[in-house]
Amino acid sequence: MADTSSARAQILGGIRKALNSAEGSEEARQRLATHPRNLIPARAQLPHDRQVELFAAMATEVSATVELLGGMAEVPGAVADYLAGLNLPAEVRVAPDAALDPIPWDQRPTLTVTKGRARDSDGASLTGAFAGVAETGSLMLLSGAERPTTLNFLPDTHIVVLRRGQIVGTMEDAWDRLRAAGANGGGNGALPRTVNFITGPSRTGDIEMRIELGAHGPRRLHILLVED
Amino acid sequence: MQPTTHAFPENARKALSDERLQKVLAIAPAGFVNRRKQAADRLPEFEDLRDQGRDLKNHVLANLDTYLEAFEAKVTEQGGHVHWCRTDQEARDAILGICRKVGAKTVTKGKSMISEEIGINDYLESNGLTPIETDLGEYIIQLRREPPSHIIAPAFHLSKKDVEGTFRQAHTDLPPDRVLDEPKVLIAEARQVLRRKFQQADVGITGANIMVAETGSTVIVTNEGNGDLTQILPRVHVVIATIDKVVPTLEDAALVLRLLARSATGQEASAYTTFSTGPRRPGDLDGPEEFHVVLLDNGRSALLGTEFQDVLRCIRCGACMNHCPVYGSVGGHAYGWVYPGPIGSVMQPALLGVKEAGHLPNASTFCGRCEAVCPMRIPLPKMMRHWREKEFEQNLQPAAMRRGLALWGWFARRPALYHAATRVAVRALGMLGRGKGRFASLPLAQGWTRHRDMPAPEGRTFQQMWAEKKAAEKKGKR
Repeated sequence: MADTSSARAQILGGIRKALNSAEGSEEARQRLATHPRNLIPARAQLPHDRQVELFAAMATEVSATVELLGGMAEVPGAVADYLAGLNLPAEVRVAPDAALDPIPWDQRPTLTVTKGRARDSDGASLTGAFAGVAETGSLMLLSGAERPTTLNFLPDTHIVVLRRGQIVGTMEDAWDRLRAAGANGGGNGALPRTVNFITGPSRTGDIEMRIELGAHGPRRLHILLVED
Repeated sequence: MQPTTHAFPENARKALSDERLQKVLAIAPAGFVNRRKQAADRLPEFEDLRDQGRDLKNHVLANLDTYLEAFEAKVTEQGGHVHWCRTDQEARDAILGICRKVGAKTVTKGKSMISEEIGINDYLESNGLTPIETDLGEYIIQLRREPPSHIIAPAFHLSKKDVEGTFRQAHTDLPPDRVLDEPKVLIAEARQVLRRKFQQADVGITGANIMVAETGSTVIVTNEGNGDLTQILPRVHVVIATIDKVVPTLEDAALVLRLLARSATGQEASAYTTFSTGPRRPGDLDGPEEFHVVLLDNGRSALLGTEFQDVLRCIRCGACMNHCPVYGSVGGHAYGWVYPGPIGSVMQPALLGVKEAGHLPNASTFCGRCEAVCPMRIPLPKMMRHWREKEFEQNLQPAAMRRGLALWGWFARRPALYHAATRVAVRALGMLGRGKGRFASLPLAQGWTRHRDMPAPEGRTFQQMWAEKKAAEKKGKR
């Protein structure tokens, strides 16, 4: 393997020589510690109700579907009907996430529910989300022992349960929320291994610039927006 | 990949007479241009964000040592490894070393321009490993053994018919009579074939659009989701990125992301923006067990403090090439290496040397559209001019051209003589061309008249007309 320690010294030495800096900059360390915001577009600086509307509109624009539900109790029915409406098998792989425990799956015994990471054979998955970003209609999903990332990418159909209160204006708002939530998998305030911002289903324009859905990830992204 | 940048004139000629390519170029760039414009128009703050993006990157470059060290410390703290590499060879060795250590056979890859720059696929292959590109466009051109022709749309130069032919040749285990006439079907087939590869892979290699010093995260932006399957399914995730990709904080990443997707594809946000931090955590049900960042310099740090420093602000969106009349005429392959378009005309001389890539900064009309749309406001035309100066300094142009330039320079430094000589020449040309108003051929100007007529001057030079206009204005004021 390459001798990366002398490479390190040489690269950093070259940079310092070019920059005329001996021991790094206080300004930079300050920025890391205080992480100031840059310009935030006005678009999502709205009352929360309007942010929810904006989120739904933006998500719909990128071919996600959004269904409003009155509470977690309505989730099993909504999932079963959604799958049936698409002529898909009544099976769903669910994240073993404590936040999803209030869903009364036994109300729909015809729906086969299993929990765990995604397997090759899984056609549909259901996960929670950490936040919804109104500005772009993006979902923010965190990895963790209860939240395997494979569920977000392997199945053809990804269903996400998002509570209204989880919708924020911008990505910056979402980061603040994550910082406030404290230890989230990595300890010492670190990020979880994987943070996914998902904006609509998988797509590609690689053949003749025509946008087609379902390149490698889910062909369908269905968001169940649940009242708190 | 062996550069053919020195052969740009021949490459360009070939491209101009390639009817298939010209058909693609007539349509595709315009699509990008329109989408970018719509996206930019939709965000009133877009121009202000571009200013901030430029300022952010300037700040990063002025503090690059601090941010790189902070990034490294965070990666290490999370259980990842940073491999510092000065050259492309060191980066190839570092990646091969990681693969060897875990006994890897199959390596999946997300799209990464740096991996093209270091030629990792050929290297892994020659060492007995099987690298598989998973971005649809990259997969297609890998099967065809072609380089990418665009930094965000690598198979930009191909039609669906081309892709069909490629798939029929490569996927021989599928029924030969299957119908493959629509992009949808082609995409479904690639998805099915690549799913198996994802499952087999021991190592996944991705690039990084951004590295975040605050958290030690690397960020990739994709639409297909292949970059995610590449990093969560194998045991080892290797990120290959150059030192200029670091930003200080998550807030700064958000700023770059607001500019990137809009400038690249005209999207508000790409489908998947993924922040990866270290290997999987205790208890995690999936994700890689090892996380390596191969941090490559390859000539970047040498640009700091030079007239080319600003090019390190580039976020590789491709807007400059989408808007470039030269790229729009000859396509990406003519540039002969990894980076086409205006950014290539500035980067390739820096990475390959002026001797190899000196044609590129000359292949510009200096229309300025690249700089006008660059999200990081990189003064690309100005830097192309700097490369032309370097080319002249290094004595690389043909003798006749140097003599011509020297002669012109001698005249231009003597304004009275210059004006007198041009007055005479313009009047003579004007008289000669009075009949048709143009010349079909002209001595010393064959480079122009071979392809089009030269309009005949109307008798006076610009300087004369300007002087007369000024004199008339002065008179009018009095």
